Amino acid sequence: MKKDTFTLGGKEFSSRFILGSGKYSLELIKAAVENAGAEIITLAVRRTNTKDTENILDYIPDNVTLLPNTSGARDAKEAVRIARMSRELGCGDFVKVEIMQDSKYLLPENYETIKATQILADEGFIVLPYMYPDLNVARELQRAGAAAVMPLASPIGSNKGLATKDFIQILIDEIDLPIIVDAGIGRPSQACEAMEMGAAAIMSNTAIATARDIPAMAGAFKQAIEAGRAAYLSGLGRVLERGASASDPLTGFLRD
Amino acid sequence: MAENQFFVDSARLSQAALERKHRIEQDPSCRCNHMEYMEGMEQISSDVMEKVLSEMKAYDYNSYTAQDVKRALDSDRCTIEDFKALLSPAAAPYLEEMAAKAKIETSKHFGNTVYIFTPLYIANYCENYCIYCGFNCYNDITRKKLNMEEIRHEMQIIADSGIEEILMLTGESRAKSDVKYIGEACKLASEYFRNVGLEIYPVNSDEYRYLHECGADYITVFQETYDSDKYETLHLMGHKRIFPYRFEAQERALMGGMRGVGFSALLGLSDFRKDALATALHVYYLQRKYPHAEFSLSCPRLRPIVNNDKITPLDVHEKELCQILCAYRIFLPFAGITVSSREQKHFRDGIVKIAATKVSAGVSTGIGDHEDKYQGKDAKDAGDEQFEISDDRSFDEMYQDISAEGLQPVLNDYVYV
Repeated sequence: MKKDTFTLGGKEFSSRFILGSGKYSLELIKAAVENAGAEIITLAVRRTNTKDTENILDYIPDNVTLLPNTSGARDAKEAVRIARMSRELGCGDFVKVEIMQDSKYLLPENYETIKATQILADEGFIVLPYMYPDLNVARELQRAGAAAVMPLASPIGSNKGLATKDFIQILIDEIDLPIIVDAGIGRPSQACEAMEMGAAAIMSNTAIATARDIPAMAGAFKQAIEAGRAAYLSGLGRVLERGASASDPLTGFLRD
Repeated sequence: MAENQFFVDSARLSQAALERKHRIEQDPSCRCNHMEYMEGMEQISSDVMEKVLSEMKAYDYNSYTAQDVKRALDSDRCTIEDFKALLSPAAAPYLEEMAAKAKIETSKHFGNTVYIFTPLYIANYCENYCIYCGFNCYNDITRKKLNMEEIRHEMQIIADSGIEEILMLTGESRAKSDVKYIGEACKLASEYFRNVGLEIYPVNSDEYRYLHECGADYITVFQETYDSDKYETLHLMGHKRIFPYRFEAQERALMGGMRGVGFSALLGLSDFRKDALATALHVYYLQRKYPHAEFSLSCPRLRPIVNNDKITPLDVHEKELCQILCAYRIFLPFAGITVSSREQKHFRDGIVKIAATKVSAGVSTGIGDHEDKYQGKDAKDAGDEQFEISDDRSFDEMYQDISAEGLQPVLNDYVYV
């Protein structure tokens, strides 16, 4: 059987679970990465910008790709500066662009995100922009050189699941880039649902960070994501929206 | 309601000074109009104060019932009305339920993290007569202003302990601690710390911009009380007496480019439910106007000061404080909440599991005595403290205690851009 992988910036990944590293104890990160089978882990550049004590980088296994994010940036200029800082810190060329101008819901600023994506892609970064699911913006991001698009399911930390489901489906159907569903996924069943829709991967942080047993929840997400992916690949069966189908076909009167 | 007895006469004051002090204390007509801006104070165009004060004035907390509280607890979103119910006496029997809801909101926005910082007082000169404060100009204390060499020395000791976030404070004296002096201290602080905040006298927006360029990114100003009539009776003299200029400090700081602003009432000075309502609404309305900014709340209660060990927070007991903090968290789930060393260890350990997101450690509210406090060396000419602290845990102890609770201590989550 052909190996099921997806590609970001020329690099192949077989795990479709991207793990967040904020919001929880560092010693648990390692266990979570192992149980999640994750190959990519995000980290906030502002958290790495610290002294030796508890440096988050020390807790991330070597074979895992770092996906530094630009959280704290309020516009494109700041995001670009944080991304360059991340490269200087030795965090590699991957960057998740996160630009927020709202401290309450932490919703991404799509317009500034396009600008930052363009600049960083031109500088050779592998750019994964976090965005509000809007088809036109996704197309602009693709033109700007994004390696994937990361639409939000619902506000960060809200655990509300796929509130933007229909719009994410449009991105999956129309954009020729991996669509990685990010933010708001509160439980494994929601991750599974997004994968059934055809998402390339799932990114989750709070749902795992706030679980009673963090490594076990990471494992549960892994299984859900794999199940959803398998369902997508198998082709979902017909789902009837309401009632049963008529036993006499409506077009049965047609003769030739 | 019982009141604190704040007035203390020092034997060292001259007869003329004493007479002047008593006149200011007893005769309101010889005090300046606290609602009128002084010369040089920037006036901005803002309707936030009007909104906050009118809501506060209309707040009748005895009109809320258990039904209102239950509705607020059952709701997904917390409206201003819900928040008023949660602050009311009717919510007292629901403290445990409030704590459970607050805990969920905290973990959604902050996960398991708790931030650690320390304050650094660089000067305690003050031009104001705020009758409850240890730094007030009539209080006979040892005054001190650190020079740059001394500030560097203090910062080195604090940074060596492991702390990465600092909050620099001064007494409120523009004459003794001018903006340039504070700016130079900010430049030094940027060498030693990742995150520099200020708690100084309110300044104009161009001065906030200058301080931001010097490396500061957070401004905290305590309004003390939002009841302007009560405020007048507590701040008898000096620029701090001007209520609206203080109220608008955070907005001027944001106009000056600061990333975040902190707010607080000093609980125990006035009607705490009204003050808590106004503090949160101050954040609420400014957040709507400046959605990109970061917001944080503190919740200090009155403490004894040098020369007056009888000061208490009156009717704000730990249960009331906990109720306020849970209500803050439910109403403003995105806001940072700081619990200072004015509170005891057991309270701070408990509240970080529910609502608080930031605690201070290795605290001194004196001037130039970190070597004394951190390394046991005798500080010869330290300046006196602003108030007595209740939790003297060092940075290491705090770090271990937070970790032992299953929480993640964070020293820095910030980047200056």
